[in-house]
Amino acid sequence: MAWTRNILRVNLTEGTCTPEPLNMQWANDYLGSRGLASKYLTEEVDPKVDPLSPDNKLIMSTGPLTGTMASTGGRYTVVTKGPLTGAIACSNSGGYFGAEMKFAGWDMIIFEGRSPEPVYLYLENDKAELRDASHLWGKSTWVTEETIKTAHQDPQIRISSIGQAGENGVLYACVVNDLHRAAGRSGVGTVMGSKNLKAVAIRGTKGVSGIRDFKEFLKVTSEKKQILAENAVTGQGLPTYGTQVLMNVINEMGALPTRNHRDVQFEDANKISAEAMAEPRASDGKPQLVTNAACFGCTIACGRIAKIDETHFSVVNKPEYWGASGGLEYEAAWALGAANGVNDLEALQYANLLCNEVGMDPISFGATVGAAMELYDIGVLSKEQIGLDAPFGSAEALVKLAEMTANGEGFGKELGEGSKRLCSKYGRPELSMTVKGQEFPAYDSRGIQGMGLAYATSNRGACHLRGYTVASEVLGIPVKTDPLTIDGKPALVKAFQDATAAFDSSGLCIFTSFAWTLADIQPQIQAACEGDWSLERLELVGERIWNMEKQFNLAAGLTKADDNLPPRLTTEPAKVGPAKGLVNGLDKMLPEYYELRGWDGEGVPNGATLERLGL
Amino acid sequence: MQKSLYIDPVKCTGCLQCEMACSYTHTGAFNPSKSRIKVFDFEHEGRKVPYTCTQCSEAWCLHACPVDAIKLDARTGAKVVFEDTCVGCKVCTIACPFGTINYVADTGKVQKCDLCDGDPACVTACPTDAITYVDADWSGLGRMRAWAARANSAAI
Repeated sequence: MAWTRNILRVNLTEGTCTPEPLNMQWANDYLGSRGLASKYLTEEVDPKVDPLSPDNKLIMSTGPLTGTMASTGGRYTVVTKGPLTGAIACSNSGGYFGAEMKFAGWDMIIFEGRSPEPVYLYLENDKAELRDASHLWGKSTWVTEETIKTAHQDPQIRISSIGQAGENGVLYACVVNDLHRAAGRSGVGTVMGSKNLKAVAIRGTKGVSGIRDFKEFLKVTSEKKQILAENAVTGQGLPTYGTQVLMNVINEMGALPTRNHRDVQFEDANKISAEAMAEPRASDGKPQLVTNAACFGCTIACGRIAKIDETHFSVVNKPEYWGASGGLEYEAAWALGAANGVNDLEALQYANLLCNEVGMDPISFGATVGAAMELYDIGVLSKEQIGLDAPFGSAEALVKLAEMTANGEGFGKELGEGSKRLCSKYGRPELSMTVKGQEFPAYDSRGIQGMGLAYATSNRGACHLRGYTVASEVLGIPVKTDPLTIDGKPALVKAFQDATAAFDSSGLCIFTSFAWTLADIQPQIQAACEGDWSLERLELVGERIWNMEKQFNLAAGLTKADDNLPPRLTTEPAKVGPAKGLVNGLDKMLPEYYELRGWDGEGVPNGATLERLGL
Repeated sequence: MQKSLYIDPVKCTGCLQCEMACSYTHTGAFNPSKSRIKVFDFEHEGRKVPYTCTQCSEAWCLHACPVDAIKLDARTGAKVVFEDTCVGCKVCTIACPFGTINYVADTGKVQKCDLCDGDPACVTACPTDAITYVDADWSGLGRMRAWAARANSAAI
């Protein structure tokens, strides 16, 4: 069995840790990780629950291929009801933590209730203990990891934790593992903080021994690794440039949201790109990028390890930031940079380091700063209200606002609530570039039409990782479609969403999908897991997961009105570039999408659909 | 011809495929905690370094063992632990200056790299050629070649 068949239920209110068998029926219907954890959440949590109340639950889950030699087999997912969106929240992370959970013998950990005092969970194989974390409260994720490893005299422990952002109620706080990998979006770290759960520290020495057919598994995973190695994106582009390979490409397309989506091209995109990260600096003659790095089991290695310029104003006399650490990914570079019109690569890296350190999502944070800068620009917010001048393009403002948000100081508290609440508070809700309260990532849907539908219908709010039609519309994967038209996009979005849900539930990384389709995942699952795992079954699992998430959101009170885009994207045409004159055609795509999904005109799955999916 | 593991840390991404391959070969499970090769992450320098036994000619572990449980495999040059003989006294773990032979509480024996009988699994698994298996007499060949390539380069 690629599943360990064991889950750990941790009642934080009572202080108990109780093992129980995995529900194998659900594993067979929802595979693992995202799907399986979401199934448990929807079965156990009232969709109308206050996300930050003890009645919400937080689930960390591996997939059947987590902790195996399948390439990228190190992923885990954090699932809960999200405080930023009020929708299901489901954030996926790499690093080494997920595999360690599996090696300790657990498919999943379910956290319930709220601890009266700060605690961390220590797991050493079967041994599970809640330990006092009062000395860690108020500490960063970096200090937390180091302190726990030192206390246990065990440098091989893997740790997921929250930083100050998760403690202070920043609504887009992350759960950070292995210093700079994160279950980043939708505020899963905020929920963890609300439970007084500071960290999960795991040491697993059992390994994964339950692969159905090891010989076949090694053969097929080896063949699939070869496909990744030979593919231009996964074999060359991502290891060399990281996701940042996209910065100049997307800018050229006129789809790089700039200054809170006022513009679709950033005049200084080249200054915050992958190429800029590799360029030797004037100050020390070294590039910001030190090397690439892999997560557990990953043969792509897209991760960035970077060193900030020690002479940059943000880190003068702050040697704790001078070492090599997680570098800018495309989304972070965009959100901290283009979204605010900031072109200072070192300032972006400082804000990025802060996000990792205190545990907050750089996408939502950066985009919220973009909204604040627009409110400042049009005179809705004053220097006195913000506490500083915050014009578009100000690296000084970005740095200061990152510190204020991280520490919950002054106006930083308002930034910590995200752009929807910020813009509503100041009477300009239309300026919030969000769906379901979650900030957009780095693709403007006027220049990449399919992404507008993907954002509007994403079950966790605006997100690029729920249906990445960019692959098709920009990169031609698996087939090239025209990014400027809506033709065929509803079917494309549905296909990407369903396949992604299955990818995410396997324990593998969605970035493999630049080179693999679900048909490449299928034989790996088949070799690892008992039963008949056909491609058709996996597609059905993906669609089932999507509809289950949707049902949770509907029961939580979300409606068709939440499957929407801000008016800027549907009424203000792109000013320049290939998409000049275009708005997003969501109104035409959405009805067709609902129909393709077997949903009624209000976006509610009909009886036949639910029956077909076994829901 | 004997061969040696040749490790180029610059190429290592920290994916741990080598640790999984090693543990699978020796224990039948994907279990980095039982791997005989370990990847060290010097986080703040951005360096990752795989490290394992160098198969010393005059092996400290072999000479220290009071029950002769560690023997030379003349074909591969590996110093191999015979578990049936090992009594788990751990003297070898103290003797080894490099720390590459270690006690395993689950088995009550020590373990170290045995070069997988001449076909090291870590080498096959490494996706970046950070770990290769080369002529033991010529582990410096690649670097010699790199320097040689610079000779007369002005003439090109």
